[in-house]
Amino acid sequence: MPDTPPAPPARRQSDRRRRPASALGVVGVLGEILVTLGVVVLLYVAYQLWIGDAIIGSQRQAEAQEITQQWAAEQPAPTATPGPDATGEPVTAEPVVTPEVGDAEIFATLHVPRFGEDWVFPVAEGVSKTRVLDPIGIGHYPGTAMPGAMGNVALAAHRYTHGAPFENLPSLQIGDAVVIETVDGWYTYRFRNMEYVRPDEVAVLEPVPQKVGAAPDGRYLTLTTCSPMWSTAERIAAYAVFESFTPRAAGEPASLTLAGEA
Amino acid sequence: MYAALWRVLPGPWWIRVLILLVLAAAVLYGLFFFVFPWVSTILTPEDVTVG
Repeated sequence: MPDTPPAPPARRQSDRRRRPASALGVVGVLGEILVTLGVVVLLYVAYQLWIGDAIIGSQRQAEAQEITQQWAAEQPAPTATPGPDATGEPVTAEPVVTPEVGDAEIFATLHVPRFGEDWVFPVAEGVSKTRVLDPIGIGHYPGTAMPGAMGNVALAAHRYTHGAPFENLPSLQIGDAVVIETVDGWYTYRFRNMEYVRPDEVAVLEPVPQKVGAAPDGRYLTLTTCSPMWSTAERIAAYAVFESFTPRAAGEPASLTLAGEA
Repeated sequence: MYAALWRVLPGPWWIRVLILLVLAAAVLYGLFFFVFPWVSTILTPEDVTVG
């Protein structure tokens, strides 16, 4: 008991001298690390929501542009009749059926003017995440029709992450052009309707969507992605019907621009 | 940590600020182009196909 009164001031003094150097210093560094980690987590959220898809999306779109330009160089459009012919009618032809290609092989690009007039993503065979959807963009369900053939061309793509090609799929409006471009030309489809389905509803891929076993009676296009946003609980199936085929020799169709919309 | 970093940097204050900005840019580049894409494959599951 008689020893205690002088002890506290001594300890306090030594604390004052020691704390900034060790105890407070350690806590301070720990705090700085935690604050830094917090900022990194917030940056990740920003990456996931906006920045990442902007970075990857523009890379994918640049790749698609390159492919398109390559096709144009292979088969240059004759300068004589660009766009509408002498009668003013747009040049169309019986659609060329695109030959089937191997897994993960890019055979087309997809244009959706509603998503932006420059919006274009590569389309490859297969819907494997590791081989097609993550590294390339849009995948074509194996076994579904190829562009130009009777039946249903079914495509899938991410709605978020990996460039998110189908991020704005729900913003499509009736009659919007969905254009598949191949080396042969442009297949214009018109958006018709949208369906929210369970993940196991494969009937959306039928030759006539949702009509199991029906023989193909026309040319359809089905785009699938996940729904709701940031979830894998459901799928969106957006349907479009074939309108016309524009051979590459006739030049770009008006459906590639929003102004070309009826 | 950051105080120590500030002390070891050479030159007047504006040179130190410049070095720190370059360092921050390098760290952000590494995060956005290498770390986050890898984390994203683990954290954000996505299924876009039916079947």
